[in-house]
Amino acid sequence: MAKRIDLKDVDIYYGAFHAVQSVNLTVAPRSVTAFIGPSGCGKSTVLRTLNRMHEEIPGARVDGQILLDGENIYDRSADAVAVRRTIGMVFQMPNPFPTMSIRDNVVAGLRLQGVKDKKKLDEVAEASLRGANLWNEVKDRLDKPGGGISGGQQQRLCIARAIAVQPDVLLMDEPCSALDPISTLAIEDLIADLKKEYTIVIVTHNMQQAARVSDQTGFFNLEATGKPGHLVEIDDTEKIFSNPTEQATEDYISGRFG
Amino acid sequence: MSTALEAPDQPASSPPFQPISTARRLKNTSATVLVALAFLIACVPLVWILVEVVIRGAGAIFSADWWGRSQSGVNPEEYAGGVYHAIYGTIIQALLCGVIAVPIGILAAIYLVEYGRGRLAKTTSFMVDILSGVPSIVAALFIFALFVSILGAEQSAFMVSLALVLLMLPVVIRNTEEMLRLVPDRLRESAYALGIPKWKTILRIVLPTALSGTVTGVMLAFARVIGETAPVLVLVGYARAINYDPFEGNMASLPLLMFSEFSNPEPAGQFRIWGAALTLILIVMIFQLGASVISRFSAIQK
Repeated sequence: MAKRIDLKDVDIYYGAFHAVQSVNLTVAPRSVTAFIGPSGCGKSTVLRTLNRMHEEIPGARVDGQILLDGENIYDRSADAVAVRRTIGMVFQMPNPFPTMSIRDNVVAGLRLQGVKDKKKLDEVAEASLRGANLWNEVKDRLDKPGGGISGGQQQRLCIARAIAVQPDVLLMDEPCSALDPISTLAIEDLIADLKKEYTIVIVTHNMQQAARVSDQTGFFNLEATGKPGHLVEIDDTEKIFSNPTEQATEDYISGRFG
Repeated sequence: MSTALEAPDQPASSPPFQPISTARRLKNTSATVLVALAFLIACVPLVWILVEVVIRGAGAIFSADWWGRSQSGVNPEEYAGGVYHAIYGTIIQALLCGVIAVPIGILAAIYLVEYGRGRLAKTTSFMVDILSGVPSIVAALFIFALFVSILGAEQSAFMVSLALVLLMLPVVIRNTEEMLRLVPDRLRESAYALGIPKWKTILRIVLPTALSGTVTGVMLAFARVIGETAPVLVLVGYARAINYDPFEGNMASLPLLMFSEFSNPEPAGQFRIWGAALTLILIVMIFQLGASVISRFSAIQK
């Protein structure tokens, strides 16, 4: 199920603007990788290239190779839709589909991919909601609108929706930045559970969170506004937060800038 | 300390909040009065027209044959007959127009919002702007020149519908566009992230989210074209009797009936004009009520 990701000399552009410069990194299967760094350093941009969401922005393009278990997802023959079925994503703002009930939100991916078997959809809905630690809170109101639950529950609903299509990789773009500490804790516990089955990449502004949930941490930085962002270093989380190789990383995590 | 002793019943310092000064109070009052006055002035013509039409038209629409008979065989001076032939004409012309304009309009809006990039989209958008500024008489004459003069078609109710399409299209496109742009991009992105193809995202996520506003806009576009007079004057002849066939022969409609009765010197003509005006207003009102009911019905539940 879970797959390994390799980035080789990845350069990312928005039109003429060079956003991120030559990123090389590897994400092991069944692990959590956190991206940290100051705003505008390109960590979200890198995350969005991992499931080809980046190309939805007009003028955006990617150079270099992004390999999923050795297959280049930017290969000419690779279908972006198929790539995204394999690599799911959870966004910063909880965004359940407003026209759908809680159950329909969870199975939206399957249903719109053509699965019609109601019994199977119900099973997947329950399994995914259990997987997202939300089942007990919403099991009595599965037919209520997805927008009617709290922000933290909505975010877990979005995670349930993402895992319902059984991706190999789960990308999370600051999934807790709009949530209170208790909901954040619930999501962090969930990430620890999901790690058993999925490869997870998470972007976060919260360094304690990176330290708590991740196995390896990548620090991104940019030299100045307008210059491309780059990966300063990536290493075991423990090492990054105790004894980083680069001075810039040490400065950032000790709060001296950023 | 000494101050407090000298005047023990006075507060030691001035109160933190001053009362509103007279100048501010005056400015506030005069602004409020002006705004309220402007509102009342804006309401005067509306209320005036409504009251006038209702007073003069009520007699007609409550007369026995108004809703169920045509003007067939009715003499100009007779207070008799009804307008059901004109109601039929007005509605069938609007419906035929809608059948053509609504799908094209919605698809064009989807193109502009979801797919349109580059020159074609800019040109389309520009053309829609121009189209929305075209006076109805120009649309009518264009259809006359193209279909009747060049292609040799007969004047008919369908020609009217075609002219109405030109007037309805920009309204539907602009409104649908607006509604689709209100759908946040993050909904589209989260659908893509689930591996849902773009066309399915539009059909199953974006359109349902924008449905309520789109339906309202379509209903209001109907209300807008239903009273158009120039196309019926140019493109179809008046018929005093019912004609069910929109593709052949003359057909009445409410604006056309009013226009033709205008040349009737008898008081019965005036009677029918006001009656038809009130009927038209009622039909438009029904459309707008329908719009608000549908939009409430299809609105997103919280």
